[in-house]
Amino acid sequence: MTAAVTTPASDETPEKADTAPATVKTQGKADRSTGRSFRDLMRHPVKGKLLVLAALAAVLVPLSAVVWGSGPWPGALSVDISGPLDDANKWVIDNRDSHPLFLYFLLHLSNTATDAVSGVYNALDAMGWTGVFAAGVLFAWRAAGLGRSGVKVAATAFGAFAVCGLLGMWDATLLTIALMVVAVTCAALLGVLIGLAAGLSDRVDRLLRPVLDTMQVLPAFAYLLPFVLVFGTGTPAALFCTVIYAAPPMARLTTLGLRGADPAVLEASTSLGANAWQRLRTARLPLARKQMLLGLNQTIMMALSMVVIAALVGAGGLGEEVYSALSTVDVGKALAAGIPIVLIAVWLDRTTAAAGDRIGRSAPGGGLLHGRSGWALAGGGVAAAVLLRFVAGTSWPDGWTFAISTPVNKAQVWITENLSSGIPVLGGTETWSEHFTLWVLNPMRDGLTALPWWAVLLLVAALAWLVGTWMTALTATLAMAAIGVLGVWTKSLDTLSQVLAALVVTLFLGVLAGILCARAGRLERWLRPVLDAMQTMPQFVYLIPVVALFGVARVSAIVAAVVYALPAVVRITAQGLREVDPAALEASRSLGASTRQQLLRVQLPLARPALQLAVNQGVVLVLAVVVVGALVGGGALGYDVVKGLSRGEMGLGMTAGVAIVCLGLVLDRITQPARKRA
Amino acid sequence: MNRTRTLRTTAVAAALGVLSLSACSAAETGKSQDAAGGEKTVKLTVPSWVGAQANTAVASYILEEELGYKVKTQQMGEVLAWDALSKGDIDAIMEDWGHPKEEKQYVEDRKTVVKGGDLGVEGHIGWFVPKYFADKHPDVTDWKNLDKYAKELATAESGGKGELLEGSPDYVTNDDAIIKNLGLNLKTNYAGSEAAQITAIQKYVKAKKPFLTYWWTPQWLNAQVDLVEVKLPEYKEGCDADPKKIACAYPNTPLQKFLNADFAKNGGEAAEFLKNFKWTTEQQNEVAQMIAGEKMSPEAAAEKWVKANEATWKQWLPKK
Repeated sequence: MTAAVTTPASDETPEKADTAPATVKTQGKADRSTGRSFRDLMRHPVKGKLLVLAALAAVLVPLSAVVWGSGPWPGALSVDISGPLDDANKWVIDNRDSHPLFLYFLLHLSNTATDAVSGVYNALDAMGWTGVFAAGVLFAWRAAGLGRSGVKVAATAFGAFAVCGLLGMWDATLLTIALMVVAVTCAALLGVLIGLAAGLSDRVDRLLRPVLDTMQVLPAFAYLLPFVLVFGTGTPAALFCTVIYAAPPMARLTTLGLRGADPAVLEASTSLGANAWQRLRTARLPLARKQMLLGLNQTIMMALSMVVIAALVGAGGLGEEVYSALSTVDVGKALAAGIPIVLIAVWLDRTTAAAGDRIGRSAPGGGLLHGRSGWALAGGGVAAAVLLRFVAGTSWPDGWTFAISTPVNKAQVWITENLSSGIPVLGGTETWSEHFTLWVLNPMRDGLTALPWWAVLLLVAALAWLVGTWMTALTATLAMAAIGVLGVWTKSLDTLSQVLAALVVTLFLGVLAGILCARAGRLERWLRPVLDAMQTMPQFVYLIPVVALFGVARVSAIVAAVVYALPAVVRITAQGLREVDPAALEASRSLGASTRQQLLRVQLPLARPALQLAVNQGVVLVLAVVVVGALVGGGALGYDVVKGLSRGEMGLGMTAGVAIVCLGLVLDRITQPARKRA
Repeated sequence: MNRTRTLRTTAVAAALGVLSLSACSAAETGKSQDAAGGEKTVKLTVPSWVGAQANTAVASYILEEELGYKVKTQQMGEVLAWDALSKGDIDAIMEDWGHPKEEKQYVEDRKTVVKGGDLGVEGHIGWFVPKYFADKHPDVTDWKNLDKYAKELATAESGGKGELLEGSPDYVTNDDAIIKNLGLNLKTNYAGSEAAQITAIQKYVKAKKPFLTYWWTPQWLNAQVDLVEVKLPEYKEGCDADPKKIACAYPNTPLQKFLNADFAKNGGEAAEFLKNFKWTTEQQNEVAQMIAGEKMSPEAAAEKWVKANEATWKQWLPKK
């Protein structure tokens, strides 16, 4: 969601991996050893490596060709893991009503989860719509501070709730909020615990990082099935999957906050005789508060992005409305349920972000509207509104709804009809789709699959070594080899070709838009709600228009990926460019550089760390949509993951899911230059 | 360093303590909230396709309005629904297109699910072309002539071969094997979801383009789009026994209902009503068309149908 934050198994500093694009602070100022040109730094080692590579290739390529011949990954070298997985699947079904592991532990978890969510939902329902409305608005206002920014955030909350009600989605919204409250609480607690462990011990940190990466890159579709088998359909499985996906940002940012604590402060508290626990409580945790709040913000966003997937196993709420609209091919209805999801995200994002901004700012005490009395006022307002329910009823008044389904559907038909073909000169989306498939996707896929398997491995190793160290090359090669061992070689190359194409398009458009945004502040203000919507609108909502425009084709999958990944790239690029040292710009201007020269020679090179982060986020986010792309014709690995879930074949889905994680690892290693370690 | 370690140990101990507290008694396997308030509740699954939504909507409407039950519906995938049925998280599946693996596991081995009888609707899967295409080339409706039209059916995705449009991974398909074993110059293209497949078909029809698709009846879209089935080699008992060697058409499937075993025994009037529920393909399509074609809510469509067809559903009610 808001820049689904992370890198597949990256070895970069957590700072980079975790920064939210909305509030990106581009790291790596140290890299900007100004003055010296980057090219000089880069050129020589690369040239040297190229020479070595050429020599190696001259020996290895003919040798491998003789030994292994050509063709895809040999079947003899692969292992089928689906058998044992399917056995595990069966064991769970046979034992879950009787085995002590279930009776004394897992069933408790699932019953507690169900009770917690229905408890929150019943409480919200009992408050009546006026009570919930007032609580949302007043607490947003109080949390964001009482000045102008507070009023703005409160107004956002007001608008969000009003639209949810007007669209006729009040009840579904409440159910989704109930699930979110429980999921975010669990994810935040889990995240803080992991974060504490990793923040206090380097070894735990090293051990946990790949785990956190996998938690986010492994498609939820792949592990939804085992969760359903163990915890049951409905709330429990949905809740636990959401927690897994949403906990990592909290964990990473907590770790980051703890590690970033000013050593002088810690030193001081030690010298005052504080023990480890006191030091943690009085110094380290308070200092990490800001990062932890950002973590919470990201956790909320990630949790919301799971709403529709949760509906696939019967969690209900807004996700179910979106999902069921798909079966009647009703874009309008899907949109009516998708908009509230976006609005909840915006409401929570602005509230937590505003609360975060206030941390550390000295708050003026006293006055009726400050401190405790401010909270009391908000609480009193809510209580009064709850009482109103006896007058206004508990559920949103039926008359106050507005059906947007029909007009939206008409608009969608008109737009797709007029854009898909018959535009003079440009042709239309259908023609583009066909040309892109024939001239870009097909050659790329055919080229990749035509390469002998050992050549792909050598290529990956060479590329990874060029940008990194021999360790990078080793990891990337092993990940690629793992794909072969899993027996999904050809499909993975098909997926890889789509991912690469999507990545190139995303980066091209994203960097271009980012540059424009950085140069024209007004444009960015206009774009912000659009970018928000692109990131938080469930992809299921725009699947039908995408198919109507581009057909059942891999291009549709790529379009879906670009829509989802673009905002993060735009934001990170714009932020990076804007943070370029003004002195450097000033200097170049005084030397008579033109605007274009400034951009190409000064801004872009100096914003390199930000651009690298943009590439990294592009990789992660494009991979996150591979599964969704399969729903519109992407095929390959994504299709296997969906098939595994819908046909109950755990082995198939897990294998494809793991292959996606491996692809992420390969792409991460060959796109992220090695970072100097301090 | 030492202190940090103490801290870590304490944290681990605390976590273990909480765990052991929660684990001191066995959990209930059934769901406790069923009994709340003495209200009679029936839980049904809502499958993702509209025909099945129509069944569920009509059954829910009659259960609530005529028999005084409260119906909870839950949307989920087919295989997940079987699992939930076995656990008692849902009480009945109203339309099943055949899941031999699950039937063996839950009905025969574990006996947690029982058959609920025929739905009365017969499902059929096959290959279809649009009527305007078949009218122009009548011989396209025989598989032997499909290769002649491969060029017209080709798309950018099918690499020079004719495209056979496939649907959601949920659905049973033998098409890759059929194409291979009949030696056809066709290639499957998996849409990945029913919504994408329907959108693609609607798009082709609007442009009057030829296409070939995996399709089935009953389906609400058949009321809007005229499709003609392509004859495949005739289905004979057992010709689909080996998935790799299939070279014949799909069988006709009498759609089935399945009930949770406990519910079937103790479900009273509701269980009896669901066992009696049986209607025709046309009746189901009528409701499905209201939902999908006219975009009515399932509840409204069910209400309209129930009001107009009292004679039919009165027979489903349990005999007093």
